[in-house]
Amino acid sequence: MALNKVQMLELYRKMRTIREFEETVAKFFSQGQIPGFVHLYTGEEAVATGVCANLEKQDYIASTHRGHGHGIARGASLNKMMAEIFGRIDGECKGKGGSMHIADVELGFLGANGIVGAGLPLATGAGFAAKYMKTNGVAICFFGDAASNRGTFHESLNMASIQKLPVVFVNENNMYGISMSQERHQNISDIADRAGSYGMPGMVVDGNDVMAVYEAAEEAVKSARAGGGPVLIECKTYRHHGHFEGDACIYRCDEEVNAWKAKDPLPRFANRLQEMKMATEAEIDQIDAEVKKVIADAVEFAQNSPVPTLDELTKDVYCD
Amino acid sequence: MVEMTYSQAINEALEEEMRRDEKVYILGEDVGLFGGCFGVTTGLFEKFGGERVIDSPISETAIMGSAVGAAVAGLRPVPEIMFVDFLGVCLDELVNQAAKMHFMFGGKAKVPLTLRTACGAGVGAAAQHSQSLEAWICHVPGLKVVMPSTAADAKGLLKSAIRDDNPVVFIEHKALYGAMGEVPEGEYTIPLGKADIKREGKDVTILAYSMMLHKALAAAETLALQGIEAEVIDPRTLVPFDKETLYKSIEKTGRLVIVHEAVKQGGFGGEIAAMVAEECFDFLDAPIKRVAAPFAPIPFAANLEAAYIPDEAKIIAAVKSFF
Repeated sequence: MALNKVQMLELYRKMRTIREFEETVAKFFSQGQIPGFVHLYTGEEAVATGVCANLEKQDYIASTHRGHGHGIARGASLNKMMAEIFGRIDGECKGKGGSMHIADVELGFLGANGIVGAGLPLATGAGFAAKYMKTNGVAICFFGDAASNRGTFHESLNMASIQKLPVVFVNENNMYGISMSQERHQNISDIADRAGSYGMPGMVVDGNDVMAVYEAAEEAVKSARAGGGPVLIECKTYRHHGHFEGDACIYRCDEEVNAWKAKDPLPRFANRLQEMKMATEAEIDQIDAEVKKVIADAVEFAQNSPVPTLDELTKDVYCD
Repeated sequence: MVEMTYSQAINEALEEEMRRDEKVYILGEDVGLFGGCFGVTTGLFEKFGGERVIDSPISETAIMGSAVGAAVAGLRPVPEIMFVDFLGVCLDELVNQAAKMHFMFGGKAKVPLTLRTACGAGVGAAAQHSQSLEAWICHVPGLKVVMPSTAADAKGLLKSAIRDDNPVVFIEHKALYGAMGEVPEGEYTIPLGKADIKREGKDVTILAYSMMLHKALAAAETLALQGIEAEVIDPRTLVPFDKETLYKSIEKTGRLVIVHEAVKQGGFGGEIAAMVAEECFDFLDAPIKRVAAPFAPIPFAANLEAAYIPDEAKIIAAVKSFF
């Protein structure tokens, strides 16, 4: 279905929100205000945005260590996400999870995950639950190129396909597993080729083109929701930052980085919106300004939130 | 009371809980059409169909991982991992996902799943199909660990495990599946975290679980003939652990022997001994003794396996060292 102007501007706003959120996290991390590890989604915004725009309330997503974008695209609270990353009590997880474990289960966000490839069976199970309970829901699993070498990938795709589960496996091929390039870590160039081994459709999409991602996901989600079984979508994309903040990125050259930055999904979509007469430059600038304010508010919320009290240390280990 | 095997008791618990709650389903290798490799799920496929008693490909990671995802999404999965030895191929799903989600997500996610698996030596299954690995799991905050020794306990504890909102690892002993026992008629549950005094005595406390409970009871009978009255306590669940029942017994007897089939080094018996030493040292009249397997993989040759598994004679020797 063709998107109208409001929907298209919403896609742009989401992508801009993710970008602004991530660049803000990068800034505070470099100032030492955010502890631990952070893995930023800058450059890959079109994937989460294009996919999640197809989801309904009863749907689930499973994410990765690079999960902020997925949470934002699914609609998680920016204030709570930022507070979580700052390790504060008002965070999504009371500050007990951090960047790699942000989750909002009620929203169908099964969490970022610190283990590469761990989301694949989780999403398979959420898809199973949707089918079992006849919720008409689907489960999306975001995972990276390197995760496609893990046993979880193969076992999950196999199980989802034999059980005909409503799961859409969304591969974010950013060409590196930490420092190891795709050509060094696997002997194929299209991860979508692996779908055939499990008797499911596989598609390759330009992951820096939000409309292309949206359309591919629309088809896949529709098919999965209708009982057609799982689908694998491979989105070719690139992370502008290193694997983690602080990564010196000695494994890739400026030429490559710059070539991908020239394909940055944000200006690309902004230009397209203007070409299509869906938005004026002023409207785009207006959205950018509004997003800046929302993210600044999220930082203020996070910074004003207290750290967890020490009694939280042993709370929530078990539920009553 | 009704006489039935440990395996039948587990089967009844599964059937009753599946009838009680539609969200309960079984997933595992050969659990459906085949009735389970040990026959424990026999008949359930016919009663509930392949949508609730699901044959899985040999994919332990996907069995466990999908169970975690389904549990978070609102179901109550009862995945079966055929042998506890296979936990190694789904340990991340158990330890890093199921166990931690409630805490990591600030108390917002629940993972109500019960992982059933079989432990234990004594059937000539050798090093990769005979282990007792409960200590691995007891070390992980967020998991509950149940190890029933009798048919009645197995049934009542499994029903509680399935109703529990936390991930529970329910470890059955494969050599007990055919053991007969008296099971109460009708509906009952046994709470997790409550030990059972299987035999009362005043001279020494023997703490034993799973198969070792039976060896401890046999040893106690022999000791009684020699004038030593042993109190035999079955903790039934290791996490949560019922300290109170154990400490009360030690207060009475002043002596403790801990028996388990797992290797002694790093075994859960060490944890129990440490708890007792820290928290009720004053009750003790003698050093704590542990009877457990040697620090070696489980051998195949029947004579070696028999020597490997703690037995009545070793328990008796440990008790008699006190007197």
